[in-house]
Amino acid sequence: MAKIVFEEPDGTERAIDIASGQSIMEGAVRNGIVGIDADCGGACSCATCMVYVPEDWLGRLPAKDSTEQSMLEFCPHVQANSRLSCQIQVSDALDGLRLKVPQSQQ
Amino acid sequence: MASMNSPLVIIGAGQAASQLVASLAQDGFAGEICLVGDEPHLPYQRPPLSKKFLAGELALDRLYVKPAAFYEKAGSRLLLGQRARRIDREGRAVLLADGSRLPYSTLVLATGSRPRELPLPGALYLRNIADVDAIRARLALAKSLVVIGGGYIGLELAAVAVKLGVGVTVLEQAPRLMARGVGPLVSQFYARLHDEEGVVIRTGAVVRGLEAHGAIQRVVCADATHDADIIVIGAGAVPNVELAHEAGLSIEDGIVVDAQCRTDDASIYAIGDCTSQHHDLVGRRLRLESVHNALEQARLAAAAICGRKPPVIQVPWFWTDQYDVKMQMAGLSSGHDLAVVRGDAERGRSFAVFYLREGTLVAVDAVNRAPEFMMSKQLIAERAKIDPARLGDESVAMKDMRN
Repeated sequence: MAKIVFEEPDGTERAIDIASGQSIMEGAVRNGIVGIDADCGGACSCATCMVYVPEDWLGRLPAKDSTEQSMLEFCPHVQANSRLSCQIQVSDALDGLRLKVPQSQQ
Repeated sequence: MASMNSPLVIIGAGQAASQLVASLAQDGFAGEICLVGDEPHLPYQRPPLSKKFLAGELALDRLYVKPAAFYEKAGSRLLLGQRARRIDREGRAVLLADGSRLPYSTLVLATGSRPRELPLPGALYLRNIADVDAIRARLALAKSLVVIGGGYIGLELAAVAVKLGVGVTVLEQAPRLMARGVGPLVSQFYARLHDEEGVVIRTGAVVRGLEAHGAIQRVVCADATHDADIIVIGAGAVPNVELAHEAGLSIEDGIVVDAQCRTDDASIYAIGDCTSQHHDLVGRRLRLESVHNALEQARLAAAAICGRKPPVIQVPWFWTDQYDVKMQMAGLSSGHDLAVVRGDAERGRSFAVFYLREGTLVAVDAVNRAPEFMMSKQLIAERAKIDPARLGDESVAMKDMRN
């Protein structure tokens, strides 16, 4: 279980608990985080669950695979600190993670 | 008598319905919503049914799109395990199987589709959670499976079953696999892929009937027989249009809707697999069976109901996961006059096929090729004309593909 804080596109901050083993996207969708649409349900096919990760957290997340890397490269508004939240499995180690949802996904 | 105070009623509780509730809430819809579904489940995702859920890698609660509390918060009442029997358009009400009458101010049909049935009693189908529970239980004890139909569902099932150690034969009556969805090169690739993974593929196989021999079932084809412990049919889907048809709404394969997903009754919308809508990309009506279509039409209908600006339409897209191969498809390839391959379709498991019509990119089938898929989605939306030689040239990066 980890408490993860989302900053929604309008600046609203929401902290939610996500069970270990679920993806960050699943937790966000269940809790109705604005801007995390996740149309493909986590199949890494739609790139509608992008989040921005703070610099100091980037190295602490499980690494990107080549599909995620490619999907991100073609996302509008991608940044060096972008991740697809469907590809990040939650563990206790992610407790306190803060993520920003891009304006473009609203 | 129904009034504007009656709830917005949604018939069908799949992904389109769930997205409609979410989009209505986001668009500021203040009225009451009533969601009628004939399965005993909250709206759930169907794509994993023939993939991770079947394989036992995804628990039931992770199929649900949203928790029950979400629907409550959005002002919606769930009537699950309830079937709608008839629409009374004049009285603006839906008659339910239990005899009750549900008045509506606005009605949305999200009735989905169901497996095309073949006259082969004893065979199973794969469409909902109960189907998969039954198939999974039988697979655990089975040594052999025959899949009738080599489309997406049949092949995804074959891929999961063979990994569970079951001997699998796929019988497809067309000359090639997934013939409705992809081009011949991609069909050939999937025949090779399944062969490499140990699945027996028989195309041009015309099934005449089933025979029971004790616990073993026998599939009788024109030129061969195939014995199996389980037989599953994946022969495509038919739209659930009966309610709409009986209510006098126009049907052309699916329920006819306009660009806002409105039927020819201004107070009735239809969304998802059950609809037939005009698509500019091909210049005619189409009925699309996909998650993307279900979600997009839900967003369109919500915007129309709330009087909001409609969302930007994306090109249709779709995906299938089989073994370690993810194929992502975008656009509509019908009417293409040129197919261009990028990469090697005959060896390995990574290539893309682009489809062009009069020089314009209209579709892509991308096999383990996310860049080709993502870039093509943008180019197809732009109606871009692309030099076929560049598309096929791996030294030209997808990012640089705009001429």
